[in-house]
Amino acid sequence: MHRTKVRIVEDALDANNTIAQANRADFDRAGVTVVNFMSAPGAGKTSLLERVVSDVPGVSVGVLEGDVQGSMDADRLASLHVPVTQLNTDPSFGGECHLDANMVRSALDALPLDEIDMLVIENVGNLVCPAEFKVGEDVRVMVSSVTEGEDKPLKYPLMFRTCDLVLVNKIDLLPHLDYDLDRFLYNVDQVHPGAECLLLSARTGEGIDAWRDWLIDLARAREEMPA
Amino acid sequence: MHELSLSGAVLNTVVKHAGERRVSLVSLRVGRLRQVVPDTLEFYFEFVARGTICEGATLELEIVEASLRCSPCEREWDIEIPAFRCPTCGGAEVEVASGNEFEVESIEIEEPQCIAQK
Repeated sequence: MHRTKVRIVEDALDANNTIAQANRADFDRAGVTVVNFMSAPGAGKTSLLERVVSDVPGVSVGVLEGDVQGSMDADRLASLHVPVTQLNTDPSFGGECHLDANMVRSALDALPLDEIDMLVIENVGNLVCPAEFKVGEDVRVMVSSVTEGEDKPLKYPLMFRTCDLVLVNKIDLLPHLDYDLDRFLYNVDQVHPGAECLLLSARTGEGIDAWRDWLIDLARAREEMPA
Repeated sequence: MHELSLSGAVLNTVVKHAGERRVSLVSLRVGRLRQVVPDTLEFYFEFVARGTICEGATLELEIVEASLRCSPCEREWDIEIPAFRCPTCGGAEVEVASGNEFEVESIEIEEPQCIAQK
């Protein structure tokens, strides 16, 4: 036996990125804008979707629900009469902690792409792995709730750096917490200068209109793109 | 956890290039911004490599320091903490010059000796 060194120099995530591009092309062909929706567990992704998905004027929204196990979130959203497709990551080793491009690809046939204008992919709750894996999205939106602490942008910079919008949820709890909101916004600006943040509460409804308007503008941006 | 997914991605990349030949060494370049814990990545790689052409292969990591470049003022600097505003002009048009790498740099393949000449 002798050993030969072979130079490769290839991004180890190339395979995932290639499949993500194929997903994106399929979504584009169907005229569907795709949002990769991410946060830590319990930040309020599903609650924030419940607040808006059935009521985005002029935009028909579908949801692809990614979970390690179960369909609790999908059931909640389906009760609002929006098309919901469940994707469980459990069959693989121990249940993957994120969605990757191939998992989303496997769900394409089950998605009603000709009935919707926008697909929100609710990723598995996790601030680390989902940031690494593109799934074919147009934009990334993340939720950071005020109960998580103002240091999170500095601890999970990749997630905060790669998202197009940060939803700061549970602001109704601010009077009860030692959370420094200005510090949080400063930290977001440090890791992602100029990043857009919306302050809201899924519980009280404060700030939800701005979140809905953001989605409407996003859908319009596609309509205005040259075909 | 994230190292488990990443080690799977490394394995797939290596298998794509090595075909069926056995691999003894995988050299990986990992940018500081990827937040990879080297020991954890090695641990998981050893695990996912079992039963594959990479079983028992050494995973060698080269850590690439993070550096940023400000487009308007052309300053380039290394960062320790994730602060992405230019310290000179305060601008936001900052690009990552290095530190985002997660690439398989090279592999070492075991090949049978040529026995054509006796």
